[in-house]
Amino acid sequence: MDYNFHWRPVFRSLPDILEAATKTLEVSILSIFLGIAFGVLLAVAKMNGPRPARWLAISWIELARNTPALFQLFFFGFGLGAFGIHFSPYMIILLGLTFNNAGYLAETFKGGFNAVPPTQLRAARSLGMTPVQAYVRIVMPQVFKIVYHPMTNQLVWAVLMSSLGMLVGFRELSGETQFFASKTFRIFEYFAVTAVIYYVIVKFILGVSRLIAWRAFRWGDT
Amino acid sequence: MITIQNLHKYFGDLHVLKGIDLTVAKGEVLSVIGASGSGKSTLLYCINALEAIQDGEIAVDGISVHNPGTDINKLRQRLGMVFQQWNSFPHLTALENVALSPRIVKKKSRAESKEIAMKQLHHVGLGDKINVYPNALSGGQQQRLAIARALAMEPDYMLFDEVTSALDPELVGEVLDTMRLLADEGMTMICVTHEMGFARDVSDRVAYFHEGVIEEIGPPSQIFENQKSEQTKKFLAKVR
Amino acid sequence: MEIKFFTGLQFSDLGFLGEAALKTLMVSGVAIGAGTLLGILFGWILYQGRWVAAASLGLVLDAFRSVPLIIQLVLFFNLFPILGLPLEPFTAGAIVLAFYTSALVASIVQGGIEAVEKPMRRAARSLGMSYWQDMIYVVWPIGLRAVFPSWVGVALSVIKDSALVSVLGYVELLRASQILMTRTQEPFIILSVVGAIYFAISFPLGLYGQHLEKKWSS
Repeated sequence: MDYNFHWRPVFRSLPDILEAATKTLEVSILSIFLGIAFGVLLAVAKMNGPRPARWLAISWIELARNTPALFQLFFFGFGLGAFGIHFSPYMIILLGLTFNNAGYLAETFKGGFNAVPPTQLRAARSLGMTPVQAYVRIVMPQVFKIVYHPMTNQLVWAVLMSSLGMLVGFRELSGETQFFASKTFRIFEYFAVTAVIYYVIVKFILGVSRLIAWRAFRWGDT
Repeated sequence: MITIQNLHKYFGDLHVLKGIDLTVAKGEVLSVIGASGSGKSTLLYCINALEAIQDGEIAVDGISVHNPGTDINKLRQRLGMVFQQWNSFPHLTALENVALSPRIVKKKSRAESKEIAMKQLHHVGLGDKINVYPNALSGGQQQRLAIARALAMEPDYMLFDEVTSALDPELVGEVLDTMRLLADEGMTMICVTHEMGFARDVSDRVAYFHEGVIEEIGPPSQIFENQKSEQTKKFLAKVR
Repeated sequence: MEIKFFTGLQFSDLGFLGEAALKTLMVSGVAIGAGTLLGILFGWILYQGRWVAAASLGLVLDAFRSVPLIIQLVLFFNLFPILGLPLEPFTAGAIVLAFYTSALVASIVQGGIEAVEKPMRRAARSLGMSYWQDMIYVVWPIGLRAVFPSWVGVALSVIKDSALVSVLGYVELLRASQILMTRTQEPFIILSVVGAIYFAISFPLGLYGQHLEKKWSS
């Protein structure tokens, strides 16, 4: 093996790379919150909505789940571009991730709703609570506990998927790495360091998530 | 007073309640016995409109239960219900479980709701468990919690749906004792139950349900000793 | 001299897409096949959990799932020239995808073995079955039913993720669509067709998995 590993250029660019990592976190977290908002709407539309809303919800969900994430990004990039709508690379990633998250989370929420025993709703109504009170106070907290773990996984998924920013010109962690790597031809070294950074980010997210769960869900399993 | 007239209830094509006529007076303890599927629990759910009816009339203190114009949430405050599967709210402590409804439904202050909750928890013997989550309570304790939760709304009537059927045998006693206490205090109670001992000792009247109708109704002495109907006799022979 | 840069969509392009779809299925198929076999082995090792091997294996497999696939692909593809072994995009992609698949399958298999309840296995052993007989005749059939739906999910995931192998230059379906879009400037039609192809591959398989799940849980 006559290859010399050159790590120094990588460490010199580290500040820029780490700053790009914050962009990764920012777009991923934002896409999750938006994904949750749309996901809940889609779930409700699919379960209870009028015909056209149900149809729209099902289309969105099935498209998000049956096509590659990169394809969905292409749609927001090239597809809408055909109609003259051009988004910045950041927006393409944000829209693509949100679209994908919403589709998967909708199914998660639907499952969560169905998992709360209908008897909980009955008990709440029998005490005189209005439907809104019953849903907000009794059903939703329990749904939240059920979907918490899948939601965390979806966040991790979003972080990993954001790496596709590299392919649409968004300078998040991967994009920034690609930029430096192609300048210096130290592709392996740069991407190896980035791989470690992603690993740390994912572990961090999972750790924080577990901590929050431990504090918030002390009412545990019956 | 609860009055039921010619009540008919269908689940799809299944005719579950076939013309029930029943009056429950204030302060009365009525036990409802009968085989599974005879419609007993369904009757309770019709009284507080958790189930819709297809024909007949149910009135609580003169207010029609199933009239679309009736404020059902308000009416349900007069009817306390306890379920077979207690259905305690898992994400709230015992105290929060009991204090929630007085606060958000009756719009009482936090302090007042807490006071009511403490009183009812002591009433059912759970005074030392106020900050415990339901998952740390036994079935019997959770059922008593459910009773306290219903009582906190200061209902005029209590509806019990086979509240001991899902409990381990050694936990049944504490719940029955609580119900006995309520009866002694003068609460109007309708209890769907399999506990014949309770039905005989505590009730003013017992109604025997068979295939969607009240086969026979009368004081415990009649139902358990001098049955008027052969069917009643057959049923009791099986459960002894 | 007229230089035609952009030409319209032609019928031969459908053939191009079809061929690319096959390439997608090829690399996915290899990855899913190899990855599943490896995953079963890894899952069993993880289930044993007793050796240092299990702990370190767990760590490695975890890494496969905590680093973006595209990073893994680029890393791997650039590692081998360093070692003096040039790799074709297909091979590199297939290997990376296979290991990625094996990580997912391993956790499913581990859960699947654990899902076969101890009493059932104790019954088998008390009847005199050996460890391997228990595994083959009791754990495998029962566990298979439990994990099959999840496995179908993994397989579908890999088919979709295989689009990323295009980063290495492999002309699978998504790369093909990109080439066509650039040439014909008709992105919407092409994306619709390609989307439909992905859907046609993924949706029926998903339904089949659900159908089997329902059938087996009765």
